[in-house]
Amino acid sequence: MTSLPSLPTPKKLGLVIDLDVCVGCHACVISCKEWNTGGYGAALSDQDPYGAEVSGTFLNRIHTFEVVPEGGQVIGEAGEARIVHFPKSCLHCEDAPCVTVCPTGASYKRAEDGIVLVDESKCIGCGLCAWSCAYGAREMDLAAGVMKKCTLCVDRVYNETLKEIDRVPSCVRTCPANARHYGDLADPGSEVSRMVAERGGYDLMPEQGTRPTNKYLPPRPRKPLAASAGSAVLAENTDGAKGFFAWLDGMLDRI
Amino acid sequence: MHPAFSIILFTTLSGLGYGLAAVLGLGLLDASTLSVKLAHLGALAMIAGGLLSSTLHLGNPQRAWRALSQWRSSWLSREGVMAIATFLPLMVSTWFAVVEGRYLPVVGLIGSVMCGITVYCTAMIYASLRSIQAWNTGLTPLCYLLFAAAGGLLLATVGAFVSGSGATVCAILALILVAVAWIAKHAWWNRLRTLVPLSTPESATGLGNIGHVRLFERPHINDNYLTREMGFKVARKHALKLSRLAILVGGVAPIVLLLMAIFAGGAAAVPAAVLAALCYALGLVVERWLFFAEARHAVMNYYGG
Repeated sequence: MTSLPSLPTPKKLGLVIDLDVCVGCHACVISCKEWNTGGYGAALSDQDPYGAEVSGTFLNRIHTFEVVPEGGQVIGEAGEARIVHFPKSCLHCEDAPCVTVCPTGASYKRAEDGIVLVDESKCIGCGLCAWSCAYGAREMDLAAGVMKKCTLCVDRVYNETLKEIDRVPSCVRTCPANARHYGDLADPGSEVSRMVAERGGYDLMPEQGTRPTNKYLPPRPRKPLAASAGSAVLAENTDGAKGFFAWLDGMLDRI
Repeated sequence: MHPAFSIILFTTLSGLGYGLAAVLGLGLLDASTLSVKLAHLGALAMIAGGLLSSTLHLGNPQRAWRALSQWRSSWLSREGVMAIATFLPLMVSTWFAVVEGRYLPVVGLIGSVMCGITVYCTAMIYASLRSIQAWNTGLTPLCYLLFAAAGGLLLATVGAFVSGSGATVCAILALILVAVAWIAKHAWWNRLRTLVPLSTPESATGLGNIGHVRLFERPHINDNYLTREMGFKVARKHALKLSRLAILVGGVAPIVLLLMAIFAGGAAAVPAAVLAALCYALGLVVERWLFFAEARHAVMNYYGG
């Protein structure tokens, strides 16, 4: 059934991604691919894996953006431009257009926890759901001919054969910087909901009307580079030099 | 958006086929003539050919029947259901035209209405996608419907000139519809070229309150499914030229040729009408190619395109 659940789902399982913390190491990309190529549904294939035109199916990708405050120069005032690493996977939207456009009923949103999944045995590989997704969360697997997407590691989060600490999505478990958090965003008391409230977590492209479950935490304000550089790095300044260096400074000045 | 050949062929062919079938269903032409019988068969062939070519791009075409199940929410599913349902009245009309040389008004009219609904569903597959702002307008189904009607009338005009009955009325109607269709398309293009993007790199990343957002590095060096499928770009200058060419070949040329056919009449009318239909089809293919090639997908905000 590709109609969306009529009532708000009692749970809204999703991710909170902290853009202040992500270092852009791509570890989550690899662990996602590794877990999901052997897990839910068809494997995540690669085409020409050892050739020049390598490409493949991924459910999670890291983009890197440069943000320049208005008026700042990209190079001249490099201290003001900043780099933001930007992990992106399915946002498990409440108004998921990828679900309603599906002609076969393969694409669906679970009524109990809001996870958006693809039943691969029903998918005809028409690609329309990928077209409807503004976020690029869906990729067609070219070997299997079916649509692949983030499952929020549905085969981990409910998996009682795993240790409790491992019952989170693979990307969350693997992130060495702790930039990815998993939880129930319908519960205002959950850790992820509190994080969103404290840090001003936001939706991506709210104008698309998709009401994503996943939230992003903005980078924290940063002081200008010049302010944190101090005087030490400036080679022409010897103020405050003591002992041998003060003597050397004085001698060199006199020569 | 990547202009896939199978989809361009599908929308053009099935549009012309449904247009022709709808015109035949109105009973403007004499069903006892050979050319009208052939027109009935030709319309069915174009529709069937278009539908078959649309399954060529599926990853798992053997499950295509499942696409008939989600008509409650999906325009693609609705289109599939309508396409198959429309075959019923069209087959009946064709049978009576080909075998008995008769026109059945009720079945014919039902067929015409259903042809229109099917074309509308096709257009709504594209028009309903918010992620592709260029298509997300009521002008999209309007253009699809007008192009189908104009194409159908043009093809019917060819048949009418061959059989020698009702040709002038058909030709005048075709002339009007061709003009109206390209005027509507012109409005569609105007909207596209003055569009303020709904989504930007700033809204896509939510970092707009810090400053101007620019892609620094893609997730990977090579293309992926998304950049291949959605990342097709055509230079603006190129697109403008092509759209003018489409109007010239698909709009102005058929109108001039139809006028020649109406006023010259006789033996010269048939080749002029055939040429008009061919020009129109060529213009339509260019228009359909641009429909995809010019459309920018919101995901390209993440890929610097």
